[in-house]
Amino acid sequence: MAEPTSQKIPVTVLTGYLGAGKTTLLNRILSENHGKKYAVIVNEFGEIGIDNDLIIGADEEVFEMNNGCVCCTVRGDLVRILDGLMKRKGKFDAIIVETTGLADPAPVAQTFFVDEDVQKHARLDAVVTVADAKWLNDRLKDAPEAKNQIAFADVIVLNKTDLVSKAELAEVEARIRAINPYAKLHRTERCQVALSDVLERGAFDLDRILELEPEFLDAGDGHDHDHDHHHGHGHDHDHSHGLKHYHDEDMQSLSLRSDKPLDATKFMPWLQNLVASEGQKILRSKGILAFTDDDDRYVFQGVHMMLEGDHQRAWKKGEARESRLVFIGRELPEQMIRDGFENCITT
Amino acid sequence: MKEFDPGTNAASIVSVTDRVRPLAIGMPVTSLHFLGDIAAFVGAEESVALVSADGEISSVAVHGGGILCAATDGARIVMGGDDGKVVALDKKGEVTLLATDAKRRWIDNVAVHPDGAIAWSAGKTAYVRGGKGEDKFFEVPSTVGGLAFAPKGLRLAIAHYNGVTLWFPNMAANAEVLEWAGSHLGVVFSPDNKFLVTAMHEPALHGWRLADTRHMRMTGYPGRVRSLSWSAGGKGLATSGADTVIIWPFGSKDGPMGKEPAMLAPLQARVSAVACHPKQDILAAGYSDGTVLMVRLTDGAEILVRKNGGAQVSALAWNAKGTQLAFAAEDGEAGLLAL
Repeated sequence: MAEPTSQKIPVTVLTGYLGAGKTTLLNRILSENHGKKYAVIVNEFGEIGIDNDLIIGADEEVFEMNNGCVCCTVRGDLVRILDGLMKRKGKFDAIIVETTGLADPAPVAQTFFVDEDVQKHARLDAVVTVADAKWLNDRLKDAPEAKNQIAFADVIVLNKTDLVSKAELAEVEARIRAINPYAKLHRTERCQVALSDVLERGAFDLDRILELEPEFLDAGDGHDHDHDHHHGHGHDHDHSHGLKHYHDEDMQSLSLRSDKPLDATKFMPWLQNLVASEGQKILRSKGILAFTDDDDRYVFQGVHMMLEGDHQRAWKKGEARESRLVFIGRELPEQMIRDGFENCITT
Repeated sequence: MKEFDPGTNAASIVSVTDRVRPLAIGMPVTSLHFLGDIAAFVGAEESVALVSADGEISSVAVHGGGILCAATDGARIVMGGDDGKVVALDKKGEVTLLATDAKRRWIDNVAVHPDGAIAWSAGKTAYVRGGKGEDKFFEVPSTVGGLAFAPKGLRLAIAHYNGVTLWFPNMAANAEVLEWAGSHLGVVFSPDNKFLVTAMHEPALHGWRLADTRHMRMTGYPGRVRSLSWSAGGKGLATSGADTVIIWPFGSKDGPMGKEPAMLAPLQARVSAVACHPKQDILAAGYSDGTVLMVRLTDGAEILVRKNGGAQVSALAWNAKGTQLAFAAEDGEAGLLAL
């Protein structure tokens, strides 16, 4: 029996490059008194100094699906472990999957798109990436895995901020935003982030694909404050206004919008073709869509070539019927995507 | 392939629902086995409910957590749990601890050989305990998805990613690997020892003819196949995973190669469990809507055992004589039918 979304067990994927502080965060989640019980799937037994029979060691086995698509990979061990964990439903409230520092988060996320049994009982809640404020800049240059983890994230915990200067912190944040402007970003020391900011986020819940605004636009106060501070000390060497802006050479985000309705008969095949041909480059995609002669909002999200979408709710009275799409990926063919999207707008 | 009268429905078919003894097992049941005339309902965690022919229920604690796998030789049930233990339960309700994983890893699979040998797996390692000598183990390249003993000789099939390894624990010879891309999650030998069939992560079965390792692809399922049962005499392999019972023909030397499967007992629900009668050409099928049917393999005639409207049927079993059928649903509702 399929269960309603609200009763499905939420699964948080915890990624982060080696040494960023994943284990610190995990230990906090497991030891803090929050009244919830977590089952944790870890890649290395023994790192967590807490005795808990719901800590399960995983082998991080990435399996290709037999459908001829090289990026359709799933975590075979996760399929098995989630199946086993569901026998103990009721003994825990949520599941956390820790990946190794070098892991690509895509196979974990895709497991939730592909596997019927996994979908029946569990739902992907969010990808949380812990990043090291001191070393992330270097890793973004020499470790493609680190860049992948930032690009994939719904929530970024920028840790060890006490080890860097304000200027270095601004620099690393700008680098992160160049890759992924949409993730929620939290600055921490020793992963001291409110657990409600990393758990139960509902980032993969179609009903909650609401804010497709870059995070730095609406979380302005923190940045403004820092900036003013810089001004006050006369140390601002960059711009006199706004944030430092970077362009990452190979990983970027692309946002599209239209206040004219889209033609569903053109849009759907276009989107499907796009992810089929360019899906290896597209890590994440999301959209809220207004179709011609359709009074309902349509929402979709995707990971590489896998898409899911549904009518969400009726457009509200007075609500702007605007379509918005976001792609995060590597070497995105920007002009091709923009032209294709334009072509779907009803004229 | 058979045509079915679409008019066939629960109201017009023969029903034996009034002869079923309802049982409240009180826990989700994941598998079901007969030990003599005792029906053993294996729970999702911690315990097994033993039910006598007159319906008396007694609960036995077997594991300290989830029960991940179970297999039987008719005299005992061998189970593995997420507590890292392998235990055996007999019909008197006595529990024997057979093995404990040193690292307390999950015991994902177990198998029982008719002569008393047992096998289990934790992670990538399969273990065999024969009648004599020390335990033997064998490591495969990825996590073990399923285990099965060949009906003859001490030979173990170990299913894993991209194929199956056939291992003779008592021989020094190299293990044989049958390759097929994808994740293999369950494995069975045909009773005549001529074929090996795996249930894959994809909604498909894969088979090999053991004499020449020729491949057999069995596809077309809408959902993953979780329940497999050989018909009496081993001429057909009945499977879950579709909205009819799919039975692949294994009566000829080519098995199902180039042949269509039989499709019996279609309903507007997914078949979730199958169990063939041990002696006659009859099978029991359980569905996602709670229905249980008995189906005659020769002409597809159906008898209603349990009406729809309940939780998904999770397990079915016949006793060895074929005089009792037991079923259980995911919510712990169960029943016993004496024939």
